[in-house]
Amino acid sequence: MASASPIDPAFLDKDGNPLFHLAHEPHHPEGSSTMLGFWMYLMSDCLIFACLFATYAVLGGNYAAGPGPKDLFDLPLVALNTAMLLFSSITYGFAMLAMEKNRVAATQGWLAITGLFGLAFLSIEMYEFAHLVHEGATPMRSGFLSAFFTLVGTHGLHVTFGCIWLVTLMVQVARHGLIPANQRRLMCLSMFWHFLDVIWIGVFTFVYLMGMLR
Amino acid sequence: MSPSPASENSGIWKLIFGRLDWSSLPLHEPIVVGTFLMVMLGGLVVVAGITKYKLWGMLWNDWFTTVDHKRIGIMYMILGLIMFVRGFADAVMMRLQQAMAFNGSEGYLNAHHYDQIFTAHGVIMIFFVAMPMITGIMNYIVPLQIGARDVSFPFLNNFSFWMTTAGAVIVMMSLFVGEFARTGWLAYPPLSGIAYSPGVGVDYYIWGLQIAGIGTLLSGVNLIATIVKMRAPGMNMMKLPVFTWTSLCANVLIVAAFPVLTAVLALLSLDRYVGTAFFTNDMGGNPMMYVNLIWIWGHPEVYILILPLFGVFSEVTATFSNKRLFGYSSMVYATIVIALLSYLVWLHHFFTMGSGASVNSFFGITTMVISIPTGAKLFNWLFTMYRGRIRFDLPMMWTVAFMLTFTVGGMTGVLLAVPPADFVLHNSLFLIAHFHNVIIGGVLFGLFAAINYWWPKAFGFTLDTKWGKRSFWLWVVGFWFAFMPLYILGLMGVTRRMRVFDDPSLQIWFQIAAFGALMIAAGIACMFVQFAVSIINREKLRDTTGDPWNGRTLEWATSSPPPDYNFAFTPVIHDNDAWADMKKRGYQRPLSGYEAIHMPSNTGTGIIIAGLSIAFSVGMIWYMWWLAGLSFVGILAVAIGHTFNYKRDFYIPKDVVERTEGERTALLAAKG
Repeated sequence: MASASPIDPAFLDKDGNPLFHLAHEPHHPEGSSTMLGFWMYLMSDCLIFACLFATYAVLGGNYAAGPGPKDLFDLPLVALNTAMLLFSSITYGFAMLAMEKNRVAATQGWLAITGLFGLAFLSIEMYEFAHLVHEGATPMRSGFLSAFFTLVGTHGLHVTFGCIWLVTLMVQVARHGLIPANQRRLMCLSMFWHFLDVIWIGVFTFVYLMGMLR
Repeated sequence: MSPSPASENSGIWKLIFGRLDWSSLPLHEPIVVGTFLMVMLGGLVVVAGITKYKLWGMLWNDWFTTVDHKRIGIMYMILGLIMFVRGFADAVMMRLQQAMAFNGSEGYLNAHHYDQIFTAHGVIMIFFVAMPMITGIMNYIVPLQIGARDVSFPFLNNFSFWMTTAGAVIVMMSLFVGEFARTGWLAYPPLSGIAYSPGVGVDYYIWGLQIAGIGTLLSGVNLIATIVKMRAPGMNMMKLPVFTWTSLCANVLIVAAFPVLTAVLALLSLDRYVGTAFFTNDMGGNPMMYVNLIWIWGHPEVYILILPLFGVFSEVTATFSNKRLFGYSSMVYATIVIALLSYLVWLHHFFTMGSGASVNSFFGITTMVISIPTGAKLFNWLFTMYRGRIRFDLPMMWTVAFMLTFTVGGMTGVLLAVPPADFVLHNSLFLIAHFHNVIIGGVLFGLFAAINYWWPKAFGFTLDTKWGKRSFWLWVVGFWFAFMPLYILGLMGVTRRMRVFDDPSLQIWFQIAAFGALMIAAGIACMFVQFAVSIINREKLRDTTGDPWNGRTLEWATSSPPPDYNFAFTPVIHDNDAWADMKKRGYQRPLSGYEAIHMPSNTGTGIIIAGLSIAFSVGMIWYMWWLAGLSFVGILAVAIGHTFNYKRDFYIPKDVVERTEGERTALLAAKG
């Protein structure tokens, strides 16, 4: 190993490698820190949601003589919406399985279906919001509604960005195929997408289901 | 001030300029106009100079678009120093106002101006002086200490720097166009709500901090990933240099705290822009929710500031005592404990909220508990010095000044942690004196120690000692003159943020404090003279060894300034004072066997997105919706466009490494 560099034998270990440095450049696989970095970003995002949940917990009962959850929430619609998001996570999983097998067309197909489920989710959410606003339950109406719209809306905004990201990645996969860089990006979006699912389960339970019990 | 006719009459004006009109320019404030002219004049001289000597290309290629952690670190320090001058100017103005405004005098600042000054002082000193400077030091030193070639995400590093700078630009803009917040540095609602602060001040505050906050968060993620993933072989976690450990903890705190700030400021913006009812007095809002959330960020923030400096003091004490640091592992665990506890104390900022005796006791006790690991650290430093061969160079002088000053500040902190005492001292000048005592005595003294300690590493020559000592004594003595009177005034019940006073017996204390502030001003002047004199005499102060202090950690193993790639060979570590260990065993630099080195490429994306973020913020602040919309789309487009670039690295060829290392060999040989 160390034969190339004439080093004082006192500074070689018993295998003949230099004691204080590597004789050859270590190979750092490109993007080796990306997953860790992205995890940390996700956890920081999770904290933003934690703040919004906490705000909802504090303000959620302040109706200011306006409508409360029981007057507003349409559980079957929200259940349908939840199904859309959960399905999108499953299909994203299928996309990742296809990616593992290096099948570009299948990956793209599942990604497209995932995107469509995402759009369906966003459309139903927009419909729900429009309906609430139409009934006079605007974010300005009460502390409860401010907290509700902000928590649910922030999640929706994340899904929107996820969709934009998804389209971007589909273009990049179409251009370069499933090269390591693109696989890594798909992994990041996968974590992001499932993360939003987990957040949504919190929203569904904490805001909608428990709201009906309030 | 009445709005100009243009804004009243023309819908087109409103559409284009939002609520900006000629009356937004503070032309009626002679102090601001004077400052503006000075800044413009200075700016013109700088721009003319750069143009004359044709430096724009060099600046763009070597600095603005660089992903080199060392250059980014230096740019952070420059940003911090520039903003420090601004923040300190605010401080002197406050001290003069308070020393004058007695016996019916209104002083020289009107309330509108004075309230902006105390807000800007706090915001700038925390967000745009202390934060950039600690980030700068961490950026420069951490990769060197762990034997890495750069950080984990070099582009993100450049982007973070420019976002922080964009935040600073937005805050500075408020000085000349419109106004800054008049709410105090944390902008409590309902005062900061649209009902009581309808102007642009709070919006400048919000957007300045949001943009800079993105930079801070990302640099936190970046440095954690760097420390976890990029350590040299052999450097397990308990062999990390202490500064890197404290940086790691500080960055964990950044990632765990800054999202809370982002969230709470976003909610405040919703209240102001959309009319939601989060922090309003009516419609089911809850202003105390804001106060809770902002301190859940705010308390960890003060530990984000101090922890890296604890690391600096540890490095300096060990180096200048010529000894291994006493109690390395207790130092590490103390740091971790402080980091954890910093999340359990936020309520001590508002014991007077009325949460009841049991809640207040809990937070009072957790607060006092923090003094235990902090005390352990102090004893570790003292035991490191004990029987050491102490060299009182400037970094060590600052360290000793820190130990004395910070301990007093810590003790008054424990005093404030007692809820009944806090009911008396809350919001008084005693509190002001306390936190300046720990932030100046801890963070600033630490930064000065760090600058004096690592300057030769960054530039290849040491700093002038004579002017350094002048700066040191003026600073330290000035500090005690400036803040001890505030303790006394606080104990007498004087509250913070007052503009005029009725009781003439208080004036003498404010005059003493103002005298102290002027001494500090002289200290700052001496520091800039120190930089200038050192740069002029750099040949005389030159250090060719790369190790002027007989250092103990890896950053001293390479040349000063280090080459772009930091280390020609990746170091292998056997001891936690890696470089001291290598020197003890008679280490010799390898002189051949170099290889090409893989490095990240420069990119202009960071500065472009930051520029667009400024445009976006201006649009949001002044209600120029078209500008906000366009620049937001622009940000998205540039960010997405950036991801289409897959070629982000290059190799430094073997012969360049050979040449660079050969020059160092020649230098070392010439030295003998």
